[in-house]
Amino acid sequence: MQIVGELINTSRGAVHTAVDNLDAAFIQGLAAKQVEAGADYVDVNAGTFVGKEGDKLCWLVETVQARVETPLALDTPDPEALRRALAVHRGRPLINSITGETGRWETMLPVVAEAKAAVIALCLDDAGMPQSAADRLRVAGKLVRGLEGAGVSMEDIYLDPLVCPVSTDTSAALAALEAIGAMRREFPGVHAICGLSNVSYGLPKRRLLNNAFCLLAMQQGLDAVLLDPLDRSLISLIQATQTLLGKDEYCMAYIQAVRENRLT
Amino acid sequence: MLLDEIARSVSGGQAVQTSRLVEQALADGLEPGSVLNDGLMAGLTVIGERFKRNDCYIPEVLLAAKAMHAGMSLLRPLLAGGGERLRDKIVLGTVESDIHDIGKNLVGMMLEGAGYRVIDLGVNVPAGRFLAALEEHAAPVLAMSALLSTTMPRLQATIAELEKAGVRERVKVLVGGAPVTREYAQRIGADGYAPEAASAVDLVRDLLAPAPTV
Repeated sequence: MQIVGELINTSRGAVHTAVDNLDAAFIQGLAAKQVEAGADYVDVNAGTFVGKEGDKLCWLVETVQARVETPLALDTPDPEALRRALAVHRGRPLINSITGETGRWETMLPVVAEAKAAVIALCLDDAGMPQSAADRLRVAGKLVRGLEGAGVSMEDIYLDPLVCPVSTDTSAALAALEAIGAMRREFPGVHAICGLSNVSYGLPKRRLLNNAFCLLAMQQGLDAVLLDPLDRSLISLIQATQTLLGKDEYCMAYIQAVRENRLT
Repeated sequence: MLLDEIARSVSGGQAVQTSRLVEQALADGLEPGSVLNDGLMAGLTVIGERFKRNDCYIPEVLLAAKAMHAGMSLLRPLLAGGGERLRDKIVLGTVESDIHDIGKNLVGMMLEGAGYRVIDLGVNVPAGRFLAALEEHAAPVLAMSALLSTTMPRLQATIAELEKAGVRERVKVLVGGAPVTREYAQRIGADGYAPEAASAVDLVRDLLAPAPTV
């Protein structure tokens, strides 16, 4: 299971303030804590800085990489901001993200292809938000074929089914779960990734729903996830689930994690 | 009393029961306007207040809105102007090139639940279409969302179009969407910003309230 730490996002007030004030210590602390907790990628997002997103994203990349060796997830829909962030990033990042929407696809694809990086592809196209698992699979097919055609290898593609809230449509979680299973069968080698917080929007005790969704999605083949790595109970559940799904030889990762007092 | 029962039925999200009670109220000779205001609307106000206090959740608001609609469908033919003038109209949509509509749909449902007439133009709406709808429906409110940093500038561009067309003065503009902040909303000259769907209803109510006399 690959974990993308989601905390460095300027839609969170404290992060916005820190980026605004170029508070490197705050950002580096947040990055280091996520890496210590097991993040494989650290997401960086400066989306609230309209007109200055490229500058702020570059500052984030340089600031975070001055502290941690972990590659970053470059989180922007803006091809120009992405191009600049890629130029300052050391190592091989995860681009977050491309979609099948006409304008975004055409402008992002050349940047993605040139970067030789991994990329998250959201199952979204001009038809709008997908409803059913079949909708998602149709868009996933277009994305995979298009990315492959541009020279991106299957192993570098992370398909995101787009998870919608169950509060407004009780079949929403099931549609995303079915899509994850179908994607993994249909496109061998391609990863499945998603965020966890959408599913619980508008409901109480959101973590409970987020965590339950994560485990169900892992059963369907989810092998990467955007989450808060500082949530120890979630990280513990994920480790336990990996072990139960037969992805932990001799259960040694589980035993090791317990010995290191990493599980709660 | 029957009207209180209707209000409780709406806030409890009981659509079938609400219809039955509204029928009964009309058979008893109660005024349709009073069934609407003191029954259906009163019930929605209760659920709205509870929602603001985090005392109930989106599915309960949706159920209450459904119960409200069930009652309204019986009342509408009996109300002057088909009941459409009872509440102000709100033109809603995501800006051009932006098709992320989860938040926008929630705002729409919340506003309808609060009794507003929502003209939902859907996703990827060019400034010209917003403008045409505002004029066609004489709507006093435009609510737009942008979910991407790349589509946010369209919020400002749409406001500029309203200015150019000379309708900016009479239309209150609300903006929202994940990357949108209060500061950004102020900078582009919007009248209001709602960080999430629930507060959009309060915002509309405040913006449409008559200016306090000093």
